[in-house]
Amino acid sequence: MIRLENITKVYPMGKRELTVLRGINLNIKQGELVAVMGPSGSGKTTLLNLIGCLDTPTLGSYYLEGREVSRLSSGELAGIRGQKIGFIFQTFNLLSRLTALANVELGMTYAGGVDRKRAIEALASVGLSERVNHRPIELSGGEQQRVAIARALVKNPSLFLADEPTGQLDSHSGEEIVSILTSLHAEQDITLVVVTHDANIANHCHRIIHLKDGEITAEENV
Amino acid sequence: MKRWLSLLAAVWVGLSTHKLRSFLTMLGIIIGVASVIALMSIGKGSTAQILENIQSMGANVITISGGASFGPGGVRGAGGSAQTLTMEDAEAIAEQVSNVSAVAPSSSSNLQLVVGSENMNAQVTGTTPEYMSVNNLEIASGAFFTEYDYQQGKKVAVLGSNVAETLFEGTNPVGQQIRMGSIIVTVTGVLESRGGGMGMSADDAIYIPLTALQQTVAQTRTSRGEKVVSSITLAVTDETKTDQVIEDITSLLRSRHQLSTAEEDDFNISSMEELASTLEETSGTLTLLLGAIAAIALLVGGIGVMNIMLVSVLERTREIGIRKALGARERDIWTQFLLEATFLTFAGGIIGVVVGWVVSYFIDIMGLMTTVVTADIVILAVSVSVGIGLFFGFYPAWNASRLNPIEALRSE
Repeated sequence: MIRLENITKVYPMGKRELTVLRGINLNIKQGELVAVMGPSGSGKTTLLNLIGCLDTPTLGSYYLEGREVSRLSSGELAGIRGQKIGFIFQTFNLLSRLTALANVELGMTYAGGVDRKRAIEALASVGLSERVNHRPIELSGGEQQRVAIARALVKNPSLFLADEPTGQLDSHSGEEIVSILTSLHAEQDITLVVVTHDANIANHCHRIIHLKDGEITAEENV
Repeated sequence: MKRWLSLLAAVWVGLSTHKLRSFLTMLGIIIGVASVIALMSIGKGSTAQILENIQSMGANVITISGGASFGPGGVRGAGGSAQTLTMEDAEAIAEQVSNVSAVAPSSSSNLQLVVGSENMNAQVTGTTPEYMSVNNLEIASGAFFTEYDYQQGKKVAVLGSNVAETLFEGTNPVGQQIRMGSIIVTVTGVLESRGGGMGMSADDAIYIPLTALQQTVAQTRTSRGEKVVSSITLAVTDETKTDQVIEDITSLLRSRHQLSTAEEDDFNISSMEELASTLEETSGTLTLLLGAIAAIALLVGGIGVMNIMLVSVLERTREIGIRKALGARERDIWTQFLLEATFLTFAGGIIGVVVGWVVSYFIDIMGLMTTVVTADIVILAVSVSVGIGLFFGFYPAWNASRLNPIEALRSE
């Protein structure tokens, strides 16, 4: 489903250049849970941004569901993000002015249109039926992240991308998030790429990719 | 459709989150539009008032005064400044020019008036009975002086409403006497008030027979022995023939005054129609000027909108990042912010129209000035305010749409 070929990403840093990814080759299959681990500055988030079509590689090719997407325009990339990608962020990235329901509906706004019934179902599936009209500030961190998962889930994306989804949560809330993600996989066979430091999450995945200085140093199957 | 609904929802949330800020931003537009409406309505109102006055004086009136014109259709000196027009000219016009219904020569003198202990100086116009019909004057009480009064040189006077009020303060002036220079005249009538200013109101006038005036002010004569008058007014039977009549009078007077072709006219002919168009033009310019001043207020309001939208974009960088991550295209973000700006100015425009309308209504009923709010001003003001939203919202919205999603998501 995902095929990265010799992906290199170079950022201009004033006069010098900073190479963040060096020749990454990676295949991810439909329904696979993949964890990306590595020290800070190893290029994990950059890799995730590329896979999520938020950015394009300097060199190399990226095939998403068989389509070469690394040379698309920003508008076409936005279209792919809207239709196929569900993001889950470390800092949740909910809109504080909107209720949980409105935040979930926002996930559908750019993916073909709002369907309130589906949004309520998505919130129910992450156990937030009682929190539909609460604003983020009235929710715990774990609940906010569940809203964010519902927001990604509601448009039925081909690919879930999570960047340190438990990074700001206590271990109990983190457990809940992990169990929601794993049960989503069990029920809906989702494809998930998760960047994490959390060994607990990694151990629930099928495969762990170790990244260091922009290169894949090891891959292990769990 | 759904996409538009959710876009409108996003716009509403964006604006309603900062209600006070949105309102203050709108206030700039409200004040701008309200002042456009109020000032333009004053301008339009005074134009309408002037035209109405001229209509009431009769659009078919032609005035001939002595002295040369200072330019084609332009400003001229005080009537009678040059002693070139005569009674005989007036008679010749009445006899020889067609399409003229009545001709009234007149002379004015500044005389001292005494009524009991009241004492004032006033411009007294000596004229013929035709003056009344030529100038469309209406009598409120008593009567205008008659042909017989004129022939006999009777010492009688007809007063404008303001003059009557000033001299007699509420008592009926008809039958009372006024000392006027060296003669004593009896008031025979008072004119209906007709309002209007611009220094040509009959409300401030005093009319006596020209023959009576000559009993206190010596009649000047030209070198040919004709009796000098300061102006001649006449009524044209058919307004469409005004130009022809002016032409005929011009050639008649030129030959009577024995002017060679090289010499300029020693008289000046103006028609009410001409005056009306000049005044309309002047007050149109005034209206535009007022509108331009108000438009500056509107422009300042627009800059306020731009300012707030730039702040708003900066403050909502993260929101923009989130929306982009969720699949918003540049045009989605652009449309959202442009709509926010336009909604502010559109709503401000509507409220401004209402406020401006109320203001001009009160100006009108308080009798300060006549105001007229016309549909074209309202449509103009609202569309200009929408235009301002589009114009001043464009750059902030473009800024927002161009944000890099990764950097936007990273911002606090």
